[in-house]
Amino acid sequence: MNILLKYSLQIKKITTLNNSLMQQDGKKRIWSDYQKEIADDHFFYVRSCIRQSFFPGSEQFFLHFMRDILGKDVYENPSHTTCTGIGYHGDVVPLATIMTVVARHFALMKESGYKNIAISCVTSFGIYTEIIETWKHFPEELEKTREYLFKATGREFDVPETMAHTSDIIYKFRNEIAEKAKYRLINKETGEPLNVVEHIGCHYSKMFPKYGVGGAEFPNVLGGMIDSWGGKVVDYPERRHCCGFGFRQYLVQANRGYSLSNTVKKFDSMKPFKPDFVLTNCPGCNMFMDKWQYTMKEMEGTVYGENGESIPILTYEELAGLVLGVNPWDLGLQYHMVQSEPLFKKIGIEYDTDDKYKTKDGRQMPIPQNMINA
Amino acid sequence: MEAAGQLARADYIVTLLEKESVTGGHVKDWYHLFPDRRDSREVINYLEQQVEHKNVSLRTGITVENLRKNSGSFLIKTSDGGEIKSDAVIVATGFDMFRSERKEEYGYGIYDNVITSADLEAMFRKNEVRRHNGDIPATIGFIHCVGSRDEKVGNVYCSKLCCVTAVKQAMEVKKHIPGARVFCFYMDMRMGGAMYEELYKESQENYGINYIRGKLSEVAENINNKLVVKVEDTLAGRPLRMELDMLVLMAGMEMSRSGLNLAKSSGLQTGENRFFAPADHHFGSNKSKMEGVFYAGACTAPMNITETISHARAAVADVIDYFRNMKS
Repeated sequence: MNILLKYSLQIKKITTLNNSLMQQDGKKRIWSDYQKEIADDHFFYVRSCIRQSFFPGSEQFFLHFMRDILGKDVYENPSHTTCTGIGYHGDVVPLATIMTVVARHFALMKESGYKNIAISCVTSFGIYTEIIETWKHFPEELEKTREYLFKATGREFDVPETMAHTSDIIYKFRNEIAEKAKYRLINKETGEPLNVVEHIGCHYSKMFPKYGVGGAEFPNVLGGMIDSWGGKVVDYPERRHCCGFGFRQYLVQANRGYSLSNTVKKFDSMKPFKPDFVLTNCPGCNMFMDKWQYTMKEMEGTVYGENGESIPILTYEELAGLVLGVNPWDLGLQYHMVQSEPLFKKIGIEYDTDDKYKTKDGRQMPIPQNMINA
Repeated sequence: MEAAGQLARADYIVTLLEKESVTGGHVKDWYHLFPDRRDSREVINYLEQQVEHKNVSLRTGITVENLRKNSGSFLIKTSDGGEIKSDAVIVATGFDMFRSERKEEYGYGIYDNVITSADLEAMFRKNEVRRHNGDIPATIGFIHCVGSRDEKVGNVYCSKLCCVTAVKQAMEVKKHIPGARVFCFYMDMRMGGAMYEELYKESQENYGINYIRGKLSEVAENINNKLVVKVEDTLAGRPLRMELDMLVLMAGMEMSRSGLNLAKSSGLQTGENRFFAPADHHFGSNKSKMEGVFYAGACTAPMNITETISHARAAVADVIDYFRNMKS
């Protein structure tokens, strides 16, 4: 009986593979054109403005993974500031200003003796790529920026030798994670790979495909992780569509209906593919795809997952941590609007509900109300 | 082939080098030709008859490594290690189809039912216009200017033939599948050849082909394996989203790889469009800047069959003039 069951599962997998053989081959061909250089060690790490508030375990886990598990050198400079990207995209920070702010980050990196920058935020990553490309194409802008920074701070800077988003780094070490994994992205009841929607965010590689692993059209930075850890990437029509944030769509209050309608469009499109969860790259995308699900449920009673549940939205660090068997509450998953317990059950991840809202020293925190999937 | 035949009949000894195992180039893979829908085999048969001459020595499966001018004649080094001595050279390396995979957002090589105009010709030839799963497509889209007039892929020029090819293929699809709904998405309809405009009109009046002015932005596949295309309808001023059973990419023309190799190895000049640059666009379109080397056909710019044959004949006239009046 067991042998028959295994045999039938194997046949099913082979059939699935054959159906997508052209897609896989085609995507691999594209991926081979977009392989960027990702440093192996000695990173100058720059945090996101908002990730520490909304997904507090993500950056923490990244540092733990890099330093304690892989033994890498990752340095943070306490003088690092916002890149002002939100203000830039909200039309309140001029280009010359943001270039000087970024130049100051590069000066901190130079002073700290690092050449490889590791960027936690996709918005910042997009800002850095845009500015570096601007300097390449308009060298006079680079000279002006050097002058502005020197006059303002007396600092000098070098452009980084390598620039990676932190998802690039997790991608680079995805197979090491797979080797150490406690869990696979497989439905323990059916034995089938989980269906995973990956969303790289507009500012990762849409502007400059060469800076993204796998380019912009069929990116592989998150897909490569999903694949290595046992899941199946879902390709759905609005895969490339904005999460709904879009800066001015949300930051200008009158536009917020537009922000929400974009998110609805995206979730309507992915729903037939029955995703088990969404893996995100960008702080804004994660926040909006997570929190707008609450709004959509409240406004229209719509949920996009199966069994009346909403779809958990995870960061790549959170997913890496889950796969490695880290306690979900240490990863901060309880801070999402859409709770991930249905996903834990599918994978077979162990968790203790009583510990969900306890501090590290065991004190009970207030329990939030109306969380989705709780 | 046309130039070789004409020169042979003018009593010149010609060696015709063909890189493929058979002659005929792209035309042998086509089905019916615009504007009169002649079977492409008729053209191939005609050209084969042209080179069936005692003065023509045809060698297939041979590429040219380089050519060197030496005391007024040329030494042509071939891929089989041989050398051919010649008094003049006609370069007729033709074109390559734009590799549609390069337009990643169109999904060629990713989605089974995204095909190229060349793939569709093969389907016509087999009399089987089918989706990948064998179903008959009911809604078919044609995308013009794939790899042409596109700075992103480095081709700013118009390939000139794709518009009329799309018109012809759209009509052909309707002949194969009368109930199909066919949409052509175009930037401009460039119907500048003899009988092209008439064909365009016929396609609308007699075949009901729909023409939508707008550029495709992206292709995806939905849960029912239908292609979902996003297009901007620039006449209506609105974005458009549509489900299709099949999408045909009108791949443009590029300088052939073998032509590029020859240009590099032999010092022949190419233009901004990467095709061979003629000595003069008005008076020397068959001449290279290397005396004794001539061009014929689509190695200098996108051309249709009629133009290619005319260009080949003009090259012959230049070669004869060169031998009679200029060659020392």
